[in-house]
Amino acid sequence: MFEALTDRLTEVFQRIGRKGRLTEQDVDEALREVRRALLEADVHYTVVRDFIAAVRERAVGEEVLRSLTPAQQVIAIVHQELVRVLGTERVPLQWASQPPTVLMLVGLQGSGKTTQVAKLGYHLRKEGRRPLLVAADIYRPAAVEQLRTLGRQHDLPVYDEGTKANPVDIVKRAVKLARDQGYNPVIIDTAGRLQIDEPMMEELERIKEAVRPTEILLVADAMTGQEAVNVAREFHRRLDLTGLILTKMDGDARGGAALSIRAVVGVPIKFIGTGERVDALEPFYPDRLATRILGMGDIQSLIEKARQEISEEEGKKLQEKMLAGAFDLEDFLRQLQQVKKMGPLTQLLEMIPGMSQLLRQQQVQISDDEYKRVEAIILSMTPEERRNPDIINYSRRRRIAQGSGTTVAEVSQLLTQFKQMQRMMAELGQLAGGRGRGALRGLLGGGNPFGGLTGLDGMPSLGGLPTRPTPAPHPARHTKKKKKKRR
Amino acid sequence: MIFSRFFRRRTPPTPQLESGLRRSRQGIFRQIVQLFERNQVDEELFEDLEALLIQADLGVATTEALLERLRERVRRGEVRDPVEAREALRDEMVALLESAMRNRRVKIYQRGVPFVSLVVGVNGTGKTTTIAKLARYHLDQGRSVLLVAADTFRAAAIDQLKAWGERLGVPVIAHAPGADPGAVVFDGMQAAHNRGIDVLLIDTAGRLHTKSNLMAELAKIRRVIQRHVPEAPHEVLLVIDATTGQNGLNQARVFTEAAGVTDIALTKLDGTAKGGIAFAIARELGIPIAYVGTGEKPTDFAEFDPEAYVDALFFGDEED
Repeated sequence: MFEALTDRLTEVFQRIGRKGRLTEQDVDEALREVRRALLEADVHYTVVRDFIAAVRERAVGEEVLRSLTPAQQVIAIVHQELVRVLGTERVPLQWASQPPTVLMLVGLQGSGKTTQVAKLGYHLRKEGRRPLLVAADIYRPAAVEQLRTLGRQHDLPVYDEGTKANPVDIVKRAVKLARDQGYNPVIIDTAGRLQIDEPMMEELERIKEAVRPTEILLVADAMTGQEAVNVAREFHRRLDLTGLILTKMDGDARGGAALSIRAVVGVPIKFIGTGERVDALEPFYPDRLATRILGMGDIQSLIEKARQEISEEEGKKLQEKMLAGAFDLEDFLRQLQQVKKMGPLTQLLEMIPGMSQLLRQQQVQISDDEYKRVEAIILSMTPEERRNPDIINYSRRRRIAQGSGTTVAEVSQLLTQFKQMQRMMAELGQLAGGRGRGALRGLLGGGNPFGGLTGLDGMPSLGGLPTRPTPAPHPARHTKKKKKKRR
Repeated sequence: MIFSRFFRRRTPPTPQLESGLRRSRQGIFRQIVQLFERNQVDEELFEDLEALLIQADLGVATTEALLERLRERVRRGEVRDPVEAREALRDEMVALLESAMRNRRVKIYQRGVPFVSLVVGVNGTGKTTTIAKLARYHLDQGRSVLLVAADTFRAAAIDQLKAWGERLGVPVIAHAPGADPGAVVFDGMQAAHNRGIDVLLIDTAGRLHTKSNLMAELAKIRRVIQRHVPEAPHEVLLVIDATTGQNGLNQARVFTEAAGVTDIALTKLDGTAKGGIAFAIARELGIPIAYVGTGEKPTDFAEFDPEAYVDALFFGDEED
């Protein structure tokens, strides 16, 4: 179905087969592919049109940098332009000079408002605030109950008056209560509504009038199509939105709706929702979303996650061991557990360009259960066995299989594969011994958590996967990072 | 409301609501009427049609396929002016939906064997509301209905279904929040048997299709159902919201792999969104649309009719 944009552009330029200056014809041909990619990512038709025109103007006549191919050059321009539209810097929440600050969440039915109210409350309490959640959705059956339950689960105070009171009165009394008892901020959950539903939109206007919210945030689903523009425009016209929360970003939607909304109403994207759990709320980075809209995966998030969990030093030590061929099952287990800390494996893999496609087509079968099984097998070994797998004879295998609830064959398979991996690493180490050890280190990455996954039972080596090459949209920055690592 | 004329509707909409909706509808129609007012079939007309179809979320590939067929008919001399072009495009769009409708399984309701309908979808598309509508629909046809609250994950989802059960006078089988959905479904199947229920509607938790463990859970629910009735579930409804963009295609693909989707229920058609992704799903996966939802009330619901849908959303009718 969807081919990575890089591949298609590379193909276009191979056909043209020239370097030097980007001609009008080059640019037009490339932009046809870019346009398609943006439309497939759900960016609105007219937004795409304007966007392409802007990129075209910038790209024609530009010198192709020596370090880049024409395809990369065009992508770099497109990427920069995307980031410019998405907002180059993060805009934090505004706070009222006179507490309490009132945050009001609005949006269509099913965009995830109630969940985001709880997430925001949780997030802000972690920052040391005393949030009060307000249940002003009296229409959807059990919406009030949903917020109450979330509040109870996470120990967040919820103000509600059931479903009989008027939402405007509920909100007014909630703000008064917050003022009296020192709650700050007040986070209001409103009922989902269509932007053309007159009485319901009027209700929002009355709520706004009554409590003068500091922030009115539109909650929009990342999977929204072309309709995002109509929705955002109308909510903005009626309420003067101050920001956007983009939800369900943990799926594989490319999130072009965010670009449409930014282009049409211009309010900053303040947060993204990345799951149903209450801690799944993240700050927004334009750079990453731009990469995602172009269908190029989210390598940066992945690198950051790895960095959070694996210290540089630990990584270096591990690497030395790997290259010396002294990497044992104990190291393997440790690495496995570190990767696990980063979150569900499937979620991690989806961040790799091209990977979500493979996962979907089931060309790569990786599940978190697989992990557990491997972990169980290793945990059923004695420390000595882990350090020296060669001593594991049939009788030991049988014991390990029983201990881990697996079969002898499965244990044997794991051991064989581990041995292969060890051998491969040792060979790499010898290769690296002579020259260019630094380059190899770069290849493996400082403590690359996926190094250890190579050859896990049932999984093809990740290194050998036909993942698509990522271009370097910011060549300068990338080299800088590498230098730092080597020092 | 756009659909009022085409689909059966039992309660008239409030006048206030109607006026609000008419405004947006007129906007769409004016645009389309102008489209065909020009004198000849030229490149510009094709460009405008492309804009129209893409803005309705049909997606690039489906739009191109439809327009290519139209071009072919122009080349063969069957289409000479914009009015004929409009008719031809309409026919192509209806034909596309109808070809998927041919894949529909005939719904057979037998005495003594519950008709099992499994309702699945990503978060927030309106599964629970669709269940309430389906319940109302089957009650109106004189069938007894039982609801099963297999969404044990989302806070208060069980309460939401129970609230509907109360309003509709339909029993609900539920466990405590956090319970195993398979176990709830097991009890539901047993209860349906014991009480001689005609239609069993199972509400599942919303899940993104990218979460493989949650998709595996759906496969398990299917197995639990089949232990009781081997040919069930008779219907696996994927609920897709009309505002969904191109991701809907991925949703349909993965849910079909995991849960064997038989039909689509297209919800939230009372807004200005047109649900064009259903065309892409019909074209690429051949999954038919069975029902449409046009509001929050249990009666805002109808069986899907391709012609009425295409006319209402893309071409309007002359009176407007």
